[in-house]
Amino acid sequence: MSVRIQVEAFDPGVELNALHAANLGIGAVATFVGYVRDYNDGRDVHGMFLEHYPGMTEKALAGIVGEAEQRWPLLRVEVLHRVGRLQPGEPIVFVGTASAHRQAAFDACNFIMDYLKTRAPFWKKEDTPEGARWVEGRCRDQQAAQRWSKP
Amino acid sequence: MIRVQYFARYREVLGIDGEQLQRAALGNLEQLREHLLSRGGVWQVLAEQNLMCARNQELCGLETEIADGDEIAFFPTVTGG
Repeated sequence: MSVRIQVEAFDPGVELNALHAANLGIGAVATFVGYVRDYNDGRDVHGMFLEHYPGMTEKALAGIVGEAEQRWPLLRVEVLHRVGRLQPGEPIVFVGTASAHRQAAFDACNFIMDYLKTRAPFWKKEDTPEGARWVEGRCRDQQAAQRWSKP
Repeated sequence: MIRVQYFARYREVLGIDGEQLQRAALGNLEQLREHLLSRGGVWQVLAEQNLMCARNQELCGLETEIADGDEIAFFPTVTGG
């Protein structure tokens, strides 16, 4: 398992290849890459600042990955999230899950993103023509996370 | 003595990122929130229904009891990813 929080930009292709390297038991890798859009909630977005809670962020992500590893037979997991200033078009987050077969990789990747969106302490502040504004949490993100709750 | 931290919009509205608090009775997070709300003015931001909180860097509910030395945090709904 690898959890990284960094200011520096990253190349999703490099991360994807590293996830599979030197493990011939991996038959499936699923990845998610989130990017900064240039438009949100009816306004142009020129850039954004990502704030986080140092210390808790790493713990929260490690906890989420640990839960995914308990639920699915994963061979490798990588979560990489940027903080600080970002420009439209730049990757914000990379989640990669590797498994012997595709279903575990797909489901675990989806699960990690749903939990990251609702439980990891990151906050986006967008730069718009009308000034900077904090992004509000979305109800549908909460609903997406709830589908993984065990009965 | 406990440490209380504020993040993102709360930090901006309150004008501080955190403070040390000495309280006679620690109680739970809801009681701490009520204490902070009683300061009036900008502190009303903590009355938001979707406020999130953490004790010692783990998400928790407002009913969670506080112990001496704890690190408590209040923040708006998270928006990463």
